[in-house]
Amino acid sequence: MSVLAEEGHHVPVVDPGAAGSMALPLVLVIALPAFGAAVLLLGGRLTDRWGHLLGCLTVAASFVCSVILFITILGRDASDRQVGLDLWTWFSTGDWKVQFGLLYDPLSALFLLLITGVGGLIHVYSIGYMEHDERRRRFFGYLNLFVAAMLMLVLASDYVGVFLGWEGVGLASYLLIGFWQYKPTAAAAAKKAFVINRVGDIGLSLGVGLIFATFGTTSFARVSELTSGASGGVMTAIGLLLLLAACGKSAQFPLQTWLLDAMEGPTPVSALIHAATMVTAGVYLIVRSQFIFEYTSDARLAVAVIGTITLLMGAWIGCAKDDIKKVLAGSTMSQIGYMVLAAGLGVAGYAFAIFHLLMHGFFKANMFLGAGSVMHGTNDDVDMRHYGALRKAMPVTFLTFTMGYLAIIGFPGFDGFWSKDKIIEVALTQNVWLGLCALFGAGVTGFYMTRLMLMTFFGKSRWEDGVHPHESPKVMTIPLMVLAALSLLGGLLLLNDWIVDFLSPVTGVAPHEEPPLPAVVLSVIAVLVVAVGVAIAWMVFSRRDVPRTAPTKVSVFTTAGRNELYGDAFNDAIIVGPGKRFNVGLAAFDNGFVDGGAMGTASAFRGLSGRLRLAQNGFVRSYALGLLGGAALVLLALLVVNLG
Amino acid sequence: MNNAPWLTILLLIPILGSVVLTFLPARTSSSLSKQVAIGFSVVTLLLGIALAIGYEPGGGYQYEEDVVWIKLFGAHYALGLDGLGLALVMLTVILTPIVMLASWNDGDHGAWGAKGFFAWILALEGLSIGVFAATDVFLFYVFFEATLIPVYFLVAGYGGPQRVKAAVKFLLYSLLGGLVMLASVVGLYVESAKTKGGPTYLVSELSKIDFGTDVGRWMFLGFFIAFAIKAPMFPVHTWLPDTAENATPGTSVLLVSVLDKIGTFGMIRFCLELFPEASRWATPVVVVLAIFSILYGAMMAIGSSNIPRLIAYSSVSHFGFIVLGIFVMNSQGLSGANLYMFNHGLSTAALFLVSGYLIRRRGSAEIGDFGGVEKVAPVLAGLFLVSGLSALSLPGLSPFVSELLVMVGAFVHSPWAASFAVLGIVLVAIYILWMYQRIMTGPVREGVVGMRDLNSREIFAVAPLLLLILVLGFFPKPLLSVINPSVDHTMSQVGTSDPKPAVTEGEAQK
Repeated sequence: MSVLAEEGHHVPVVDPGAAGSMALPLVLVIALPAFGAAVLLLGGRLTDRWGHLLGCLTVAASFVCSVILFITILGRDASDRQVGLDLWTWFSTGDWKVQFGLLYDPLSALFLLLITGVGGLIHVYSIGYMEHDERRRRFFGYLNLFVAAMLMLVLASDYVGVFLGWEGVGLASYLLIGFWQYKPTAAAAAKKAFVINRVGDIGLSLGVGLIFATFGTTSFARVSELTSGASGGVMTAIGLLLLLAACGKSAQFPLQTWLLDAMEGPTPVSALIHAATMVTAGVYLIVRSQFIFEYTSDARLAVAVIGTITLLMGAWIGCAKDDIKKVLAGSTMSQIGYMVLAAGLGVAGYAFAIFHLLMHGFFKANMFLGAGSVMHGTNDDVDMRHYGALRKAMPVTFLTFTMGYLAIIGFPGFDGFWSKDKIIEVALTQNVWLGLCALFGAGVTGFYMTRLMLMTFFGKSRWEDGVHPHESPKVMTIPLMVLAALSLLGGLLLLNDWIVDFLSPVTGVAPHEEPPLPAVVLSVIAVLVVAVGVAIAWMVFSRRDVPRTAPTKVSVFTTAGRNELYGDAFNDAIIVGPGKRFNVGLAAFDNGFVDGGAMGTASAFRGLSGRLRLAQNGFVRSYALGLLGGAALVLLALLVVNLG
Repeated sequence: MNNAPWLTILLLIPILGSVVLTFLPARTSSSLSKQVAIGFSVVTLLLGIALAIGYEPGGGYQYEEDVVWIKLFGAHYALGLDGLGLALVMLTVILTPIVMLASWNDGDHGAWGAKGFFAWILALEGLSIGVFAATDVFLFYVFFEATLIPVYFLVAGYGGPQRVKAAVKFLLYSLLGGLVMLASVVGLYVESAKTKGGPTYLVSELSKIDFGTDVGRWMFLGFFIAFAIKAPMFPVHTWLPDTAENATPGTSVLLVSVLDKIGTFGMIRFCLELFPEASRWATPVVVVLAIFSILYGAMMAIGSSNIPRLIAYSSVSHFGFIVLGIFVMNSQGLSGANLYMFNHGLSTAALFLVSGYLIRRRGSAEIGDFGGVEKVAPVLAGLFLVSGLSALSLPGLSPFVSELLVMVGAFVHSPWAASFAVLGIVLVAIYILWMYQRIMTGPVREGVVGMRDLNSREIFAVAPLLLLILVLGFFPKPLLSVINPSVDHTMSQVGTSDPKPAVTEGEAQK
């Protein structure tokens, strides 16, 4: 029954020690932003003047707590780095008891630093970006709410606790995508994101159900102790349900269509929620559930395949879009695809999934904020065909963006070089086809990112009339500089395999496997593939002028990419359209058949009541008569029974 | 404290209030009569809270009273509260003053003026307490039928243009259910008369009787049909949207949040506990009907263009979840269903009341007449959104725990049942958020321009509801601690127990 033997390695069990002195910072880390959100959202206009400062302060303080926690566990033995804190019993019925509890371990430690660190920078940036918005205070309230929910997601010690954070970030995402509610497109995009995420939540709901039915508990610690006893089929089912959940939240195929629409939100939101943190929650869920996935190679393969499909789809879309945010969104899909692929590779891949997640958090947040800075300087234009030659007008933005660009394409020395290479290497080792797809995707990444760079910062200016691009204020550029530095230095985490060892209490230790070619050779090949992509883009977009309006005579590939590979068209044709028609039919059915049927049965009563109404000269009293009749009937029945 | 007939006092206070209002001199100002009314409801609330504090979780029926009423039938005037009864009585006494405050001016232009409006509400409160506290089937039946009177007058006297028609429809459906139940009530007399102890209507006595397969099943059906109409379940739900469309928001709250719970309360108290064999026999059909209600109600809500109709259909969907939880007959399902009854009461009340504010301002309940309200009335929009989110069971708000428990209970019963029911969580997101999108977002529509935001009375009325929804979302223990023991009792009465998980400590080898 157990798959343990054939896998040949040990699956770590979640077994946290008491929090002790770490309890206070652990609680504060969530409580501070939650408090900020409460004050800003309930305080109303009283908090307008200083609301944004409170918002930044709470996240900054939360970051300090995260650092303290991190340093504390760094000072401990690797075996002593899981800390648990049970706050109260959330609910309990029968044999099911769900604690409102926190679990702090190396995996959540890294997430805490990412969420509060990058989140803090984006808060600061937003002070400038949202300066002229009359609802800025509310924006910070929602951002704080998001940070609190995201921290809950990665600190929960139970699947139900994850659910709380999971939908909490979904709510924050909904509120922030639709922040400019007066735009019908924004409101529609917000609803779409929430609804599609709910489709994913089907997986989480049923997953919780199946986990409870199988193990009688939903806490990570207890489930991880018991998984070795479950049958392979059940584990595969749980794995696939969790994958469905991950597809919704992380915009993976087939639930990817909401992410591009989500770019309707203010750009700092796209950076924080739809690039650096929330959309990676699916990866977190899979890695966190390694004690389930390690017992089902089928579910792992499904994860890897979904990741690979999405990484290619996202890259494809990224090639065709002219809207700078949508190119970056396609790219986000694609990069998360890499993480999901890595997570599907099992123990050998978990740590690299998380590593790429962190690196992506740095460089993608950097580039989204950079795009925001560009938009800030061009009257919120997002069409790259209206950019060009911005490198001189916005030198800081250009430089920081370039760092992000080098990081994402995997230029040697930058973040993506270390993290993406590792994923390609492990993929090639385990499954050549998936590995080759990932390698090809890296080349496409080089292409679309170079296209973005050239269209935005190089060539001739194609600015709209009256647009005078200018550099953004310091409050926006300083976060960009910090993130740019991180885009270069993030790779240090891989020094001596530090991150792999650090995560091993959570992810397990992989048996050593030789890649098909020496790692160095693979690196060189990857860099060459990227170089080809870059070169093609350079030949296409640098040697000719970019037309100001998008050409209409384009290949089917471009058309498909512009239409986001027809995800929406498919949904409309298969689900939305028939659903609407079904609904219209259903309404007629309800009014005609169901109501008619029931009322038809009642029509005799109605006729009777009508006559009674007349007899009584006041229909209101007919009911009293009805009651009287009822009572008489009771008496009569009793008499009959008694006499009989 | 246990010596006084506390439950009788609790139900008599609002009824006394109702009588006092009726006999107030005609020249009494309407604001004074409103104050008198809310005073009575607050006293009732305070006594209710005191009783809840004095209640011992897990102590079985408490505050019991038992006086022989009609010896010939074995009918008693018997009251008592178990955990479920306490929860629903608390729901009633909490919601009544809130409804009064939120509906402060709704009765002014009705058939019997504000005085009549508030008097009927108080009467309804007293009778509802009686329904949930009755431990004698005959007494329950009397209260059950009696609650129809105030609702009828509240709808017919104070509603929208089609109110009379809606009131009659409500009445006919309810009467029909009552008549079917009556047959079973009579049947209980006949059957209990055959036992050694003679005829009785006491639940405690009846639950000891084995009615035999056929008789038990017939009587079960009589009760079940009445409760299914009340709840309401597909296909006997069509009275609810019509009634909600025409009633005042306050009336709809009392109707959907409190009175409809009699249906699901009755299913547990009478169907499951008196006819366990028949309940198990009916389970497959009821589970299918419940799932059908969940999906059908949600689909109809998506298709609704009228706000109260949409909320009414959403309740059909939510009641499907409650019935599903009841009939899967395990701890998670039953606890979830019991908790759901309370939480649905809160969230639907919030939704009806806040949308009532909205409709009053616009003078229309059609979704198409709104647009961009958030821009002019942000507080109203915010409260509407929170109420909506609680209806879609967002984690952190109280309905989430109940829905999750029902879902998990359903999964334990049958993964298939859960797989269909779970589609409801997607559909609910569609109808709630689409409604929000059409009403609140986009450009400000003509007719919405200049709409006032909420005043402090309106905010103050719904604030306690939202606060409770939030607190119980994170800390449902006060409710679960009284509900769990009553679920244990139900399960032992039905004779079911929770299945063991597939993998236990022993099987997992390290």
